Amino acid sequence: MGAVFGLLVLATASRLILAARNFDKDYTELRQRVQSWWWIVGSIFVVLTVSRVAAITFFGFLSFMALKEFLSIVPTRHADRRVIFWAYLAIPMQYYWVYIGWYGMFIVFVPVYLFLFLPMRMVLIGETVGFIKSVALLHWAVMLTVFCLSHVAYLLTLEPLNADAGSIGLVLFLLFSTQFNDICQYIWGKMLGRHKIIPRVSPNKTWEGFIGGFVTTTVCAGWLAPLLTPLSMTQGMIAGVIIAGGGFIGDVVISSVKRDLRIKDSSQLIPGHGGVLDRMDSLLYTAPLFFHYTYFLCY
Amino acid sequence: MNRTLKVLFFALIVRPLVLIGLGLNIVNRNGLPTSGPSVIAANHNSHLDTLVLMSLFPLAVLDRVRPVAAADYFLSNRFREWFSQSIIGIIPLDRIGGTDTEVLFETCRQALDRNEILILFPEGTRGDPERMSRVRKGICHLLDDREQTPVIPVVMHGLGRALPRGEALLVPFNCDVVIGNPMQIDGRSNEFVKQLTGNFKELFTHCLTRHEDDQDL
Repeated sequence: MGAVFGLLVLATASRLILAARNFDKDYTELRQRVQSWWWIVGSIFVVLTVSRVAAITFFGFLSFMALKEFLSIVPTRHADRRVIFWAYLAIPMQYYWVYIGWYGMFIVFVPVYLFLFLPMRMVLIGETVGFIKSVALLHWAVMLTVFCLSHVAYLLTLEPLNADAGSIGLVLFLLFSTQFNDICQYIWGKMLGRHKIIPRVSPNKTWEGFIGGFVTTTVCAGWLAPLLTPLSMTQGMIAGVIIAGGGFIGDVVISSVKRDLRIKDSSQLIPGHGGVLDRMDSLLYTAPLFFHYTYFLCY
Repeated sequence: MNRTLKVLFFALIVRPLVLIGLGLNIVNRNGLPTSGPSVIAANHNSHLDTLVLMSLFPLAVLDRVRPVAAADYFLSNRFREWFSQSIIGIIPLDRIGGTDTEVLFETCRQALDRNEILILFPEGTRGDPERMSRVRKGICHLLDDREQTPVIPVVMHGLGRALPRGEALLVPFNCDVVIGNPMQIDGRSNEFVKQLTGNFKELFTHCLTRHEDDQDL
């Protein structure tokens, strides 16, 4: 926690230095960005320390905000309002399985039961024009924003094998590494970026940024893992590799969605960042990947 | 008493509902008038339109924001009448016809004289969800000899999806509120209606949740 606060102080300081050096430039977005980071980190620390229930509810709420954002920017049919309502109802159910620690149900509920249920509910409405698109879109949205994200919360339900870190260690490790990787890829890209990876999707993504972030995250994860998780240093470095790679893919997948819809941000919820989806794009991929990696090794 | 109820209703119910249940993407929030007399001309898709627009105003100003609403609907039973008049503070308007144009807008004019902010839906009805109906001329009659009163065009998108006409189930969606630049009436109503329609169309292009193939124009 201390390290994260250190980083935030560093970010705020460099923002102030930048602003002091270049009076004429507009740093509003940078200021908002760093300010929002304080809020995000602050609220996550608060809910994680309050109780497990508070933290699970918090991640459930994030799922709700992300799903709402997703369904708001993609085209939906008016006929599907009620089906979408059921998709929202899946959130408290999924997080309830997390809360009671019913692993089997947690892992099949969305991919099996909801997958079979939503099309049936849609059939009952009877609108067949655009049915395939609608049903596919809705299920993809729920998989990303509810199923994938709920893995973060399930980390809290796992038995804490690292006594020093307790049950929140795994969550801190995952969230920190994912966001740290985002920031490192961005900074390395800004400093050295030359060769674009996928210019058509995301023109700011460069090989230099990706590799720089990849190495930084891997080293950092190897150092953090023994402190926060049951993983050894080598296992932690592999976790870093998974998080750096997964985070990149999550980022560009959501970028492609936005590019397809020709929008830049998915909403205006977080000043300087855009929406919840914009902030959590990489987490959608890293959460299940990291979870199953750790689950396979330690549980 | 009713004023307290109104502030409580907006602070404890409407605002959380609008912020969490819906979620707004607001463009040009500073374009909203903070004092009257002024008229907000918005498109109409849902009962939520009025609540969303009113939630954008500070609680202290809320008392002076007056939505103009259909008398035939909002005064149709006693509870609805009390709620619309005391809590929301509507100005009822007879849209069935029969009232002389001069008399029709009398209460609206009085409100403008008291420096209040009117919310007007120039389409006259919520209509089909997320589809813009024809802009009517009523607004021009209202502002006949008040050319100095600014008209602020506002476009909302997504509320007809969250709570369309004839549905009681609210489904959460983020919605866009795009606030335009103030317009002035220059006397010719046809010209103004055309301008307003044009402005609505332009404002729609700033929506995050709208798609080019949406047939809402």
